[in-house]
Amino acid sequence: MKLLLRLCKNPLSLTGLILLLFFVGVAIAAPWLAPPFWPREPYRIARCGFSPMPRPPGIDNPLRGIWLIVTRQATICQIRPFGTTGEGQYDIYYGLVWGTRTAFKVGLYITGISLVIGLLVGSVGAYFGRYVDEVLMRLVDVFMAFPFLVAAMTLAAVLQPTIGRGLVTAMIALIVFGWMGYARLIRGDILSVKERDFVQAARAAGAGHLRILFRHILPNAIYPTLVMASMDIGSYVISFAALSFLGLGAEVGYADWGQILSFARNWIPRLHQYWWTVVYPGLALILFVLAWNLVGDALRDILDPRLRGRIMV
Amino acid sequence: MWAYIVRRLLLLPLLIFLVTLFVFGMYSLLPPKMRASLYVQDVPKTSDAMQRIIEKYGLDQPIHIQYVRWMGNLLRGDLGWSRTAQRPVLEALAHYFPATVELALWAIIPVIFVGIWLGILSAIHHNRTLDHTTRVFALVGWSFPSYVYGLLLVMVFYAWLRWLPVGRVSDWVLRLEAAGGFRIYTGMYTIDAILNGRADVLANALRHLVMPIFTLAYIQWALLLRITRSSMLETLRQEYVMTARSKGLSERVVVYKHAARNAMIPVATVAGLLLIGLLNGVVITETIFNYPGLGRWAATAATQLDTLGVLGFALLNCGLLVLGNLFVDILYAIIDPRIRLE
Repeated sequence: MKLLLRLCKNPLSLTGLILLLFFVGVAIAAPWLAPPFWPREPYRIARCGFSPMPRPPGIDNPLRGIWLIVTRQATICQIRPFGTTGEGQYDIYYGLVWGTRTAFKVGLYITGISLVIGLLVGSVGAYFGRYVDEVLMRLVDVFMAFPFLVAAMTLAAVLQPTIGRGLVTAMIALIVFGWMGYARLIRGDILSVKERDFVQAARAAGAGHLRILFRHILPNAIYPTLVMASMDIGSYVISFAALSFLGLGAEVGYADWGQILSFARNWIPRLHQYWWTVVYPGLALILFVLAWNLVGDALRDILDPRLRGRIMV
Repeated sequence: MWAYIVRRLLLLPLLIFLVTLFVFGMYSLLPPKMRASLYVQDVPKTSDAMQRIIEKYGLDQPIHIQYVRWMGNLLRGDLGWSRTAQRPVLEALAHYFPATVELALWAIIPVIFVGIWLGILSAIHHNRTLDHTTRVFALVGWSFPSYVYGLLLVMVFYAWLRWLPVGRVSDWVLRLEAAGGFRIYTGMYTIDAILNGRADVLANALRHLVMPIFTLAYIQWALLLRITRSSMLETLRQEYVMTARSKGLSERVVVYKHAARNAMIPVATVAGLLLIGLLNGVVITETIFNYPGLGRWAATAATQLDTLGVLGFALLNCGLLVLGNLFVDILYAIIDPRIRLE
């Protein structure tokens, strides 16, 4: 509660918090804001006709258009508040609303799973030390020898023939190359906590390795890593959307911001006529990531002052 | 000093070995049919012929035997056939490499100058308007995906205003090249234009490079700016800076001669990160601006299941990164003597 109060005091983090709440609201209210077009598959983007060109918004005032949709006075394809993409005539508004859920899912899953892997590797390495540590840390080095996005792109391309194109493929690819930072950070913190007296005391009291590691050491060392993870959510969403943008993310027609944006690539010579294919999905991505970064920055300053000014990669 | 460099060099073969092991690991995740394309150009449709190929090239043998065979191929320079480039992977890499190097080299100039310069300015004007503006700029830049930025650039400067072109060079340059009026020495148009003494080609190539360069640079600015700023702030608080000031030196000399030089040490450590950023960035940048380099080819190969091409690209990237990091480590030891003692 005190934390929330401090977040609200700083205008920057307050902006972030409000933006984040807005996106949470959109994600929760998705079935109401954009009634499912395909009854059983709400994540499939609504398709409005067969024209090969992007069609402009069907109404001058997008807010009024959204109101008409919400009150069920008109269907999405009559209004098209943010226009449609060219190929496939996907409705951009529908894709953005349901894509908010995808963005949250992707960001939280990738960060959560990478965090768990990183915590396990880092804490086991640091706690048992010596050759266990040496082997695990060299493993980290090898994974770090790859440029992140290139590596994830390669792995996604390699996995596609076996498990197909989809959300899961891209998420696996990003997780496999995303956990190393957490492993390194937690390792360093555990190494320093490990030497403290209360660990000796626990050992003298006869506690086992697992108990010492998970009950005594980890809770005292985990905060910086958690803060780092919260700051990474935004950049994972960017990376995932980048894979989608290149055509390696969610399957075609799945509500996903990166993919909607990728349709704009077909219209580059006349992009200014079809500005809505770039501006709306781009705005959604920027605001979403900005929200996480603003909140993450503030969280870092509050929870862990010694991380201030440290570079997160 | 030399002991340090030798120790770093000794580690190099090990790192390269691990990298090949890793790329091979990804290769072995592929189904046998796609692995076969490393050895034969046309993968047969019938299962009988497929079986023969699997047996002939030992695609069903234990993994370490396959690795040795793969490694042998790699050492002979045989990375397989790339369907999307319509040529062997190694040849494709060599073909697209100069274009990407040209782009990356040009991008380094605005990255370093603007990034570091803004960082220093921001630190000098700590907590004043300029500092706040650059910090907001960095934060927004941090949140602004490069592909959105690139698409907006294309929308405004290419589609709308028609000021800047996309692609690599105009058609008339290609025609000139085909007619023999323009000789290719390095494969980089800006350098070749100077060697050929053609100012019009140079101008044309540069015009095509403007948007990609600024997209690539922009990805890096936020990072460099943050590090330079915080490192500079830390240095300006040091006592020797106060000494320099109390000696009556001008603020210019204090900042740029005394403080900035020492503040650059942490900045040098992120040179490796900048390299990673450039390698990541070319894929997206080249795709948006239709710039025919390694990145665009790799992206096409990845989406069209030309996996051998993608793996070749990944291998090249890792190699570059390993060498780049080695270079940075050595550079770091030269500028900061404390490192050598570790």
